[in-house]
Amino acid sequence: MKEGVTMSCFIVPVAEAVVTTIVTKVIENKEKKQDAEKLEQGIRVSSFDKERFSNKLRRLNYLLWGGAGLLAFEHLWHGEIQPFFPFLTAVSNPADTAEMLNEISTVGVSMAVLVTASWGIATYVTTRIENRKESLISAVEMKGAN
Amino acid sequence: MTLLLTILAAVITTVIWYCNEKARQLKVGTLCYMFWGASMMWLVDAIFEYTKLRAEYFTPAAEDMLNDTFLGVSVITLALVIWVLILLVKDPLNVVKQALRKN
Repeated sequence: MKEGVTMSCFIVPVAEAVVTTIVTKVIENKEKKQDAEKLEQGIRVSSFDKERFSNKLRRLNYLLWGGAGLLAFEHLWHGEIQPFFPFLTAVSNPADTAEMLNEISTVGVSMAVLVTASWGIATYVTTRIENRKESLISAVEMKGAN
Repeated sequence: MTLLLTILAAVITTVIWYCNEKARQLKVGTLCYMFWGASMMWLVDAIFEYTKLRAEYFTPAAEDMLNDTFLGVSVITLALVIWVLILLVKDPLNVVKQALRKN
């Protein structure tokens, strides 16, 4: 086994990806329902409206699934995971299991936090830009009306 | 080396995605997400490894470096294969659909 800190750290991003994927689906369904209600009330639902939160969340899914997928390949490369039960080679030895759990709780959590924080910052910045654009458009529209 | 190669791949795909409309249609963005996600995760891994090994981290054995390079190239190849599969399944330019209709 490779000397270092990569045993099963990808498990945390995978677990987060599963949760965020489910949350994305739930939010997407809610947004669709809301759009249908808006259409029934005669409110315009156009492509110029703000980007949906489910779309933003989907980016986090791609980052987590993509990153964790490639990381899983690295673990397979180093013989740390196997395609049959118990899947993680470290599980067969108690000392390795303890080390693996320690790495999951430190490296794995840090990975998930860094990816989520980067996505959060990017989403915050893009939302700010979006809001600024929207306020500029409404200001121009108000000027035109006067 | 794996981290360096992945970051390099992430930067190149991002530049291609930014500059080329056709690339955006061909879902190069998916590749960007894969490479950036993996780069961030390997960066964390590298930081933890650095805290353990300190300066030794920057002087790997030639054999380890070769293995890491081989791994990095394999990771990039795997990501490209996944991207091509996504491209064929989603078929944004309807090329596969048209080819199937002809047959």
